[in-house]
This record gives sequence, C-alpha cells and structure tokens, in this order.
Amino acid sequence: MSRRVGSEVHLGLAPSRVTRWAILIVVAAVFAIPLLSLLVFSFSAGLGGGYTLDHWTGLFDPENARPYRTLFQAIGNSFLLAVVTVAIVLVLLLPTMLLVHMSFPRLRRVLEFICIIPITVPAIVLVVGLAPVYSIVVQVLGGSIWTLAFAYGILVLPYAYRAIQANLDGVPVVTLSEAARSLGASWPVVLWRVLLPNLRRGVLAAAFITVAVVLGEFTIASLLNRRNLQTALLQISTSDGYVAAILSLLSLAFAFVLLLIIGRLGSVGNRSTP
Amino acid sequence: MSTPLAIAPATVELDAVVKQFGAHRALDGISLQLEPGEFVALLGPSGCGKTTALRALAGLEAVDGGSIRIDGNDVSGLPTNKRDIGMVFQAYSLFPHLTVLENVEFGLRMRKVAAAERRVRAQEALDLVGLGERGERFAHQLSGGQQQRVALARALVTRPRVLLLDEPLSALDAKVRVQLREQIRRIQTELGITTLFVTHDQEEALAVADRVAVMREGRIEQIGTPEELYVTPATPFVADFVGLSNRVPGTLTAGTITAAGTTFALLGAPQPDGPVLAYVRPEDVVLATTETATGLAATVVASSFLGSLRRTSVRLDDGTLLSVQHEVALQPAPGDVVRIAFRGTPVSATPVG
Amino acid sequence: MTTLALPTRKPARTRRGWALLGLTPFAVYVLLFLAIPTVLAVGTGFFTEDGAVTLANLAGVVEPAVLATFGSSFWVSAVTAVIGAVIGGLVCYAMLGTRASGALRTIVDSATSVLAQFGGVMLAFAFIASIGGQGLVTVWLIDTLGVNIYENGVWLYQVPGLLPVYVYFQVPLMIITFLPALEGLKPQWAEANATLGGTRFTYWMRIAGPVLAPSFIASLLLLFANAFSSYATAAALISQGSQIVPLQIRSALISETVLGRENMAGALALGMIVVMVAVMWGYSVLAARTSRWQR
Repeated sequence: MSRRVGSEVHLGLAPSRVTRWAILIVVAAVFAIPLLSLLVFSFSAGLGGGYTLDHWTGLFDPENARPYRTLFQAIGNSFLLAVVTVAIVLVLLLPTMLLVHMSFPRLRRVLEFICIIPITVPAIVLVVGLAPVYSIVVQVLGGSIWTLAFAYGILVLPYAYRAIQANLDGVPVVTLSEAARSLGASWPVVLWRVLLPNLRRGVLAAAFITVAVVLGEFTIASLLNRRNLQTALLQISTSDGYVAAILSLLSLAFAFVLLLIIGRLGSVGNRSTP
Repeated sequence: MSTPLAIAPATVELDAVVKQFGAHRALDGISLQLEPGEFVALLGPSGCGKTTALRALAGLEAVDGGSIRIDGNDVSGLPTNKRDIGMVFQAYSLFPHLTVLENVEFGLRMRKVAAAERRVRAQEALDLVGLGERGERFAHQLSGGQQQRVALARALVTRPRVLLLDEPLSALDAKVRVQLREQIRRIQTELGITTLFVTHDQEEALAVADRVAVMREGRIEQIGTPEELYVTPATPFVADFVGLSNRVPGTLTAGTITAAGTTFALLGAPQPDGPVLAYVRPEDVVLATTETATGLAATVVASSFLGSLRRTSVRLDDGTLLSVQHEVALQPAPGDVVRIAFRGTPVSATPVG
Repeated sequence: MTTLALPTRKPARTRRGWALLGLTPFAVYVLLFLAIPTVLAVGTGFFTEDGAVTLANLAGVVEPAVLATFGSSFWVSAVTAVIGAVIGGLVCYAMLGTRASGALRTIVDSATSVLAQFGGVMLAFAFIASIGGQGLVTVWLIDTLGVNIYENGVWLYQVPGLLPVYVYFQVPLMIITFLPALEGLKPQWAEANATLGGTRFTYWMRIAGPVLAPSFIASLLLLFANAFSSYATAAALISQGSQIVPLQIRSALISETVLGRENMAGALALGMIVVMVAVMWGYSVLAARTSRWQR
C-alpha cells in the first residue's frame, strides 16, 4: 500500500513560501515608508492640509528657472563630475587592470589591495588630506568643479574594480589575445575588437556604479566647499523642502533604473545555450 | 579485535513508482527488486530517471505513485533521516568545517552513540577505505578520489541496511575512477550490503555490478547480469547503449536477418518482416588480410592501436562503415583491401524507415 | 615563393620596460590622490600649525570629551551593525532557493544596491518626512494611536536619531554581502545530513550555522566599519555639534574659533584609521577562511 508523501521534501534548505513572502513583504513595507513619506510630502500643500501638484510642476516651469538656477547648476555639476569620473575609470583603471592581468599577474594582489584601501580610508578621513592636495590642484588646473573627479575616482575604485574584475575572471583574456595575435592582429586591434567587446558587461557595470556613487557623494564636496547635487539639496532643504524631496526621489529612481540595467546586463550574458 | 561493520542486508523493492516533475514524467511506473547483499547498477543516458529513482529510494524526492519497500516495510511515508540508508553523492558532500574523522562520525553522532565508541568505529571505517592516517585533515586538503572514499566511510559507518551511490565516480579522473570502483566493489562484497549504484558509464556498470538495469525515459528496458546485457540485449537501445555496435543494413524475413551476405538470427521480441538495421559487435566481425581469405571485400579507412587489441574501420563496397576488433598482430593500413566475415551470432535489429 | 618577413621582436627586457611604463599613469594618480592624502591625513596629527612635531593633538584625542565621541561612534556602529545583520540575515534566508536570474532576485539586487548607496542627505530627508516632527508617521501615530514619539524631546536630530536611519542602509549592505555566503550552502550538505539521520535542527546547528558563522561575523564587521565611517547622514541630520567622530572632524576642519584645530582633524583621522584597519583586518581574515571552504 502506498501513501503520498507530499509535494515538497523539507530538508531545511529553503524557507516555505509563506515564511519567505512574510519576511520579504514586512521588510519591503517598512523600507517603503520613508520613501512613501517623501513622495506624499512632495504633494502636500502645506500646513493647511490637502494635496497639490504645484511643487512638481513648479520645478519644471521655465518661469521658476531663476530661483532654481543654482540648483540646476549643481545638478549639472554632478553630471559633469559623473562623466569625468567614468572617464578616469575607463582611461586609467581599465587599461591598468588589463595590463596587470596580462603582463604582470603577480601584481594583481597589489592592485586589488590598492583598490580596497578606499574602504578602510573613508571619505571623511581622506578629505582631511585632500584639502592641501587640492589647494595645489586649484593653482595648477583652476578652481572648476570637474577637478573633484580625481578624488571621486579614488572613491569608486573598490566598486569599479570589483565590477570589471568579475568580468575579467570569466573571460580567457590571455588566450584570446594570443589567438588574435597568432592570426595577425596588432595590439590596438586586439584591444578594440577582441577584448573590449567581451568586457562590455563589466565596464558598463563599473560605469553605472560610478555614476550612482558620484551622484550621491556629499562628504568631499561639502568639506572642500564645492557645489554638487547633494550639497545643493542640503542647502535648498532649508528654504524649499518640497524641491529637496522631489529631487531626492528623482535621483533615487534614476539610480535604481541604472542598477536595474546592470542587473539585466549580467543575466543577458548568462543565458548561453550549451 | 575489531568490531566488523556487520550489517543485516535488506531487500529493496520499488513497485510501479511514478514521479512527475510538472509535465515531465521522470519515473514511469518503474519496478525493481534487490536481493539482500546484491550490487545492482542503474545505467542509462542523462535524463533517463536513474538518479530520480535513487533519490526516491533515499526519500530525497517524494513519489507520486507506487510504493517503495525496504525489508518488506513501506517507507514511502518515512522521511530520509529515518530510512537507515547510507548515501554517497557525486561531489561536494563532505562538510567543509569538520575534519575527516568528524565527518565520518557524524552519522553516529546523530544516532547518539557515545564519543569513545564513535571515535573507534569512525577510525575503523577510515581504515577500511585506506585513509586511516588522514583523520585530522579537512575536505579541501584531500583529492577528489580521497574525498569520495571518506564519503563512503561516512555512509557505511552507521551500518545502514542499504547503500546508495549517485554517480560517485563521475567527477573523478579516469585512472582514479577504475581504482575506486574496484575498491567500492571489494568493500561491498566484504560487507555484503545491498547496494544500488547509479552511473551513465556502461563500462563501469558492467565491471562492478551483479546485475545491471538499463533505464530509458523513466522505465527499465532490461535488467540482467552484465553478460546477459552484452550478449543478448533485449532491445536495440540496450544493444546500442551497452558496448559498441555496428549498424548493418539488411532484411528481416521470418526471424532471420540477411545482411552483408550473411544470415543472423534475430534476438529479442519478434518483429514484422522488412528492411532493418542489425547491431553487430566489432568482435563478431572477422578481418583477414591474406589474399587467400574469403568474405566480403572492404577498404580500410583507419586503424587504432588500443594496447591489447586493434580496432579498424573499413568500408564495404555498398558504402557501409564497419568497426572491426581484432588482434594486434594484424596491422592494416588505410587504403588496404581486406576481407570481412561475420561470426553469425544472433543480433538485435531496428526497422528502417 | 614568397616568405613572410617576420618583424624582429624587441628583447624581452625592453618590452617589459615599456609595459611597466604603462602602469605609471595609474600609479601617479593613486599616489597623488590616495597615498599622499592618506599620509597627510594621519600625519598632520603629529604637527602643530607651524610645523613643529607635537603630541598635543594626540593628547587631545584621548581627552574625555573626545573619547566620549568615540564611544558614541562605537555604540551607534555596533547597534546598527547588529540590527542590520539580523534583519539582513532574515531577508537573505527568505531569498534562499530563489532563481539567481529570476525577477525577484534582480529586483532585490537592484534595490539593495541603490539603498546601500542611498545615504546622506536624501536619506535624512526621507526620515524627516516620515518620522520627523511633522512627519507622516509621527502625525499618524498621534492622530490614530495617540502615541507621541517625541514626548521626551525630538531625538531624531540627536545621536539616537541616527539609529533607525543608519539601519536603513545597513540592511541592504548586509544583504549584498551575506547573500552569496548563504547561497554557497551546497544542497548536498543538507541531503547528506538527512541520509545520516540528522534533522533540520541538526542541519542548522551543526552544519549551516558553523559554516556561515565566519561570513556572518565578517559581514557584521563590514557593517560596523560602514557605520563608523559614515558622515553625510549625520551631517544632514545633526547640523551643529560633534557627537560622533566624523562630526568631530567636521568641526575641526571648518571651525574658525579654535586655533590649530585643523591638525586636530588629523589626529582624529588617525584614530579613525586605527579603528578601521583593525576592523577590516578582522574582516579579511574571516573572508579568507570562508573562501577556503567554498572551494
């Protein structure tokens, strides 16, 4: 005589569906509260109660451009900084990683260590020593905002390094370049046509993470007296909290979309047929 | 002096077991019986359900129909940890944070055996697999073959009624595989424990098992001794899967196949007359290089030296490619013309078209 | 018959020389913007304004007031690390068994990546909007449940206010760091445990628990370091004062009232680095042990 055992065998591996969704829903709900509050606040019409779209429409109304000008300038600064920092990652970090990977494998530990240091030496500590360095930078390169990207490049080293290295580890770089060289390719061709197309995933991931970090950076900009998105947000929150709330939500959504794309990029590569 | 790992061997019975994964029927009413102390191999291509059958017996998969009995007791309702089985997995099953000795002791600890006795029995089990001095090592310090031997000791130390092996050698190097399978067989014979061994390697199955069950799409195609499977395959699938086979086109008339100028008796269930492909073993084809030989003319395509024998592929006049196994002394070269004859042993056949 | 004219290869040593040259731009960059600032940061603590060597700044660090600041930092970091680790661990457990490339996993990955970076100013706003003086939740609690969380003063803009805010980015960081460890649990271990007679309890007690312990503690240490070195959030919430070490550095850097305070920042930075190095060293030791077992 036989008996049904049930559709699942419980070995302690995974939680039951009920447990899983209970935990996830509770945590998600609690974490949504601050964000929802921000959203609701951006629609509120002040102490009198009620809701309005004025804060949102006001932000994009050209008439209000003047009082918001410094704010938009700060946003522009942040995007400029993001672009320049990504450029630093692509022009300095990526070639160095490739060079170490192919020609100096023993230096890999050193490079890895260097790229981990910014976690141990946080921005608040680094900025103490950056002030004198930047006084010289200002003398040499002028006081524009983009020079801040040099410091930002250091801040994103751990994230960019990890993103690119994860990709590098999966691609047989040495074998591919040797194969290309044996077929007659010169080094620039190898780099452009063989290696970089295979490293697209890691490079894009590094770029997007860099943008997310730069847009959210406050410490160094604030203590070196520069204006970026975050310092401007803090400043305007004292006079117009609604704009501050709206911009926070927008930049959060922007970063979320960026990282969602990175996530999809990762899974696109994984869907290879055997 | 030492307490032997004496076990009372059990009978195992799967009776019309059904397992469904969504739309896919992994086990299609499979029935299998193991006598006490018997070593049975489940052999088949990937996806045939052999691992599912083993895991169902272990209780790691729930079944949707049929019954599973160990020593006559229905265990379908019993969870894995109460079935008193020993299992060796394909890889990664040793607990990484415990030493080898602690790994082997684990099952005894679960059975609340006292520490001193645990240590003695675990050490005995390790000695049995030849790793007595490695007790203090960790899994990552051992080679693949050594890890599997530890896994075997761990499975046996609790004196289970049944031993289950899920492709234990598939992840190992070829040479280690041969050594280890012989060791497993020796230990199994010494202990007399009922054993079910899953593999996709037909040479392995034939080499170690008392009986072999060839599975395909959730059913057993044939079960028998290795010799039976090799010499009298019940179906073309078995003929093809077990050992090498040539497929020779011919015609079947009233139970006799005429192919390549020879007649063969038909093995297996009767089939309607018509064009067929006959499965002829390479060692049942005779190659002759002298001019006075009789038989079909053929041209040598290639010849491989395999140490104790040679395998030569030849092309007949009608284009059929044959693989012939013969003694090393004959050394045909590509392009030579040789003579082919058949030993006429009964063969399996599949209809063509 | 034509023969290929092979280009003559430069001797190996010159090729290596050129390749080494390729490393210099990055080396110079790291030197200028990481090495030198770090050295300056920890070094200035040993000098006075005029450049004379002194231990006065270091003495200033071990003054009771400043030590209390370190104490607050430790307290906030430890509490938020533990809470973050527990909640994050629970979420990781809930994620066990989901497909690595499935929709749920992708969303959780993106959400945790963003929220782990969602620090500072924006997070402070979000919390002010929800549990600030006029926050959504604060008002709702008063109106619906009659509970006023600020009966004894508005604590959101003091050190206790940092706790819930820090936990908000600690939990995602925990998930990012710990989920790989939890997914490294091989199903064969649970199955072997079952075949050897173990129960779910013995699995978690004797196998999964000990195997996960190093990763869990490593993640805990990382969370501690993360909270300890956070500045932006505290700066946004606490506009004046130096209740925790990063804020103390802020006062030292921008204060104009007390002379010689900039070098004080250096001494404080030195103190922070000592703590960070100790914590990160512990983290790397545990991470190494974990990777050995994952092989």
